[in-house]
Amino acid sequence: MNLGETLRMAVGGIRANRLRSGLTMLGILIGVGAVILLVAVGAGSSAAVQARIESLGTNTLIVFRQPVRGQGVGTQSRASDLTLDDVKALRNPAAAPDIRSVAPGVSANVTASYQGTTYTPASFVGTTPEYADIRGYSMAVGSFITADDVTSHAKTAVIGQTVAQNLFGTTDVIGKEVKFNNATFTVTGLLAAKGSNGQQDQDDVVLAPYTAVQDSISGQAGTVSNISIQAASQQQMDAAAAETNAIMMSSHRITNPRLVDFRILNQATLLQTSDQTAQVFTVLLGAVAGISLLVGGIGVMNIMLVTVTERTREIGIRKAIGARRGSILGQFLVEAVLLAGAGGVLGVLVGIVGSRVQIVGIQPVVQAYSVVLALGVAIGVGLFFGIYPANRAANLRPIDALRFD
Amino acid sequence: MPSLLAPPPAATSDDGAREHPVPEPVILADDLRKTYGSESEDTVVHALQGVDLRIDRGDYVAIMGASGSGKSTLMHILGCLDVPTSGSYLLDGVDVSTLAGDDLADIRNRKIGFIFQSFNLLPRLDAVGNVELPLAYAGVRSRDRRRRAEAALHLVGLGERMSHRPAQLSGGQQQRVAIARAIATNPAMILADEPTGNLDSHVTADVLEVFARINAAGRTIVLITHEPDVAAQAKRSVVLRDGRIVHDRRQAPLDGPPPPVHRDETGGIVAHVGGVV
Repeated sequence: MNLGETLRMAVGGIRANRLRSGLTMLGILIGVGAVILLVAVGAGSSAAVQARIESLGTNTLIVFRQPVRGQGVGTQSRASDLTLDDVKALRNPAAAPDIRSVAPGVSANVTASYQGTTYTPASFVGTTPEYADIRGYSMAVGSFITADDVTSHAKTAVIGQTVAQNLFGTTDVIGKEVKFNNATFTVTGLLAAKGSNGQQDQDDVVLAPYTAVQDSISGQAGTVSNISIQAASQQQMDAAAAETNAIMMSSHRITNPRLVDFRILNQATLLQTSDQTAQVFTVLLGAVAGISLLVGGIGVMNIMLVTVTERTREIGIRKAIGARRGSILGQFLVEAVLLAGAGGVLGVLVGIVGSRVQIVGIQPVVQAYSVVLALGVAIGVGLFFGIYPANRAANLRPIDALRFD
Repeated sequence: MPSLLAPPPAATSDDGAREHPVPEPVILADDLRKTYGSESEDTVVHALQGVDLRIDRGDYVAIMGASGSGKSTLMHILGCLDVPTSGSYLLDGVDVSTLAGDDLADIRNRKIGFIFQSFNLLPRLDAVGNVELPLAYAGVRSRDRRRRAEAALHLVGLGERMSHRPAQLSGGQQQRVAIARAIATNPAMILADEPTGNLDSHVTADVLEVFARINAAGRTIVLITHEPDVAAQAKRSVVLRDGRIVHDRRQAPLDGPPPPVHRDETGGIVAHVGGVV
């Protein structure tokens, strides 16, 4: 009795009871499909977080001003502005060896108008050339703010894709003259699309030399809204943050760490935390799906036990005419593994097809390991849960089995 | 390949033995005993209480007995489906009383062709598939297997119904498929357990004619029955009572043909004179 015949017998056994076999396979199918799909959803959300981290720019710290609480009378408290002096202090490689570059950000609320079309970009920032690298902006067309633009207070602007669409309806933006509030700026570049960072559209942005912005829009020379800092490497993020803290404290003449009037935001850390959360969810989802796979396996065992009981007489006949213990064992074991394996393959198909659909805003990313794992576990489950019933069949005594009705 | 009708070659034979044949018996049982239950709990049942039986090659033996006489137990032991509690049993020269598990399975496969009262065909397989089954377990290659299975089915007169499933066949036809399955492996002995118990009298006659035919061709048949008119068709009848052989009578010579099957005017079987114990 070779493998081909054992297989044929097992297929015959499965086909003899199509509905029952189908339902048993469905159990495994759902288990395998769920594992693949849920792991894909987890991986998809993880990938989305990763994309957001990348869109923030690499190794970025951002310093904001922060009102000091509990100082003086009332809740309104004094907070010193961030200044260009702070920026200068941070740019000191001796005091801050782990900081690669620093860029001030001067935010303003502006309304842009161009030939009768008006648009309010979500973000209007006056800054320096370093900003592009720190925040991960690259150019689609034209050039970014240059050092010369900054020193010469040039009224040039670089705009994001969303702004270009809303204001011009085209990407042909170079040389266009746009009025931001009442100051006219010349567009010198179009940023490459970055997409959303989860909270806001990063293409809905206008960047200009901070000098010109202070001159014409914010009107406050010397103060900045925030400072963007790039650490020299991922490993130096913490050191850079500590140096930033120290420099800012000395620059603002603060000695009590509880009274700092600034806040250092490490968005990457926040997002890494949410990435870890996503990974925990992936594991949990996978575990739940794994349990459903296990339940499917118990279904296989259940059906195999019923099958063995039902076919006791057949087993008796086979043994009487010379089937060895191993032949019977093999027949039922192969049947169980085939049931689970076929369910598993169908589950893989369902999982992969299902992953093409967005689920709660997340595009699932099918993980090769989850496919291999789920299919392997399905077959293993068939083997494991098939052994007991198959053993039971193989150990039947032929005279008892033949007497069975 | 040897003919299906021809018996397998004797286990020992030389030129001298052919002149004056002293062939090895197919069955040589000595003081077979079988006990069920346990002595300690006082539930012990002595199903066989010392059975000595010798059946020679080419014989056609009916084993009779009322229910409870131990004939089922004897059939299980002779068929290697069970082992005796004590005593020795040589089947075709092989001591099988001490074998177990897979070894017994192999002996059943090679030496014995079973025929049961309830036919015991696999419902999912067609006639030829059922006949092929023991050959498959014997490891015969699939082409040879089919050829031998078809030959066996032709022999029992079912050449036209090879691909019918058991449910599409009458009882007599099913039993003939079972006979084909029993002879397909060319066994030392055909062991038939109440083969006509589920058949009406003229189908019984048909089946017994098949038995007579294969016995006349040299096959050893052991037939277990409680019907005297069926037992009358054998060359020898053995009666079992309370686990012992109480009657052993030869009804036709060992080296001659079995008694002819007598039918009444409707074609049913009738006991021939003197056949009833």
